[in-house]
Amino acid sequence: MNILLIFFELFITFFKIGLFTIGGGYAMIPLIQQEIIDHGWMTLAELIDIIAISEMTPGPFAVNAATFVGIKTTGLAGGLFATLGVTFPSFVIVVLVARYFTHFQNHPIVQSVLYGLRPAVIGLIASSAFLIGKAAFLNASVDFGSLFADLGRFFTETVDWKAILIFGAVIFGKYKFNIHPVLLIVISAALGVVLYGLL
Amino acid sequence: MKKDTRLQRIKKLFLVFFRIGAFTFGGGYAMIPLIQKEIVDENHWIDEKDVVDIFAIVQSLPGVIAINSSTFVGYRVAGLPGALAATVGVVLPAFIVISVIAYFFYDFKDIPAVAAAFEGIRAGVVALITFAVQRLWKPSVKDNIGLVLAVASFLTVVATDINSIYILLVAAILGLILRPILAKKKAA
Repeated sequence: MNILLIFFELFITFFKIGLFTIGGGYAMIPLIQQEIIDHGWMTLAELIDIIAISEMTPGPFAVNAATFVGIKTTGLAGGLFATLGVTFPSFVIVVLVARYFTHFQNHPIVQSVLYGLRPAVIGLIASSAFLIGKAAFLNASVDFGSLFADLGRFFTETVDWKAILIFGAVIFGKYKFNIHPVLLIVISAALGVVLYGLL
Repeated sequence: MKKDTRLQRIKKLFLVFFRIGAFTFGGGYAMIPLIQKEIVDENHWIDEKDVVDIFAIVQSLPGVIAINSSTFVGYRVAGLPGALAATVGVVLPAFIVISVIAYFFYDFKDIPAVAAAFEGIRAGVVALITFAVQRLWKPSVKDNIGLVLAVASFLTVVATDINSIYILLVAAILGLILRPILAKKKAA
């Protein structure tokens, strides 16, 4: 009986987390932190671990966190309930919207809203590339003061040339040979192992 | 491919989104290049220009964006069962990988080869998203207002802490105000 309660608890908690995720996975880390620590399911250290792991594994952070917490508390079944919880709000809301969207797609109000949203979303997507790029290409935060004082140091120490090389390789592979993104990811991983692991 | 039966489509949706889910690293937007390739180019299930619209809508909704977009595409392609197939497909790889890590490889992130591979993937993801942006630019940014909105939203994310939902809210309101005005101007 007790375990059913935990399953329910996991489902509801992650349902809440899934529901209040607006604007990106990492924005809800404080919420996850609060819920998980309140329930005593994980320590802060473990949460930090799972954030790091989630960075390196496929899938959204929310799903990774849910699965991990669920498994840690009550094994695979717990993982399942937590993951179902975090997925459920997305599923229900989107199905409802998608269902009615086709009816309203050509309504002037919807078209006007989309007129504004489309370029804004492109900006958001571009910004995500920029931010990931910043993390990938720069080894440390750039201090613009000392940047001009020591450009040499900037180009040798701060800039991560291996990352730029891989970036270039992928751009080349896509542009010239139209290589499938999945294959490009595999190639990036392999290049990463070679450049960062072996060299 | 339009001759696919619904069941075939549903099966395909699951497999395609399983693959997408397995190779999406670094957040919901990293899915876009994969969706473009698999859903638009290879299966012709949705049009290029619909990709931005779908993301524009699902970004504004609560929920994990990667799941939202999968569910939406799945629904478009094959109704409720399609939505289910796509959603389960996209979530399953993460579930499996994390389960394996939780049980066997808790020190996963400390394995040097893994960290090295990830750093490579991260650089690759930047390239792929850049490509996706370039490809989506034309259908999404059609005039100077669009350009301003795109740049403004980019800068807001990069230079401030403002949650992207507010950016979208402002963009939606501006769209509501400006588009009718522009339409009137054209008609005049």
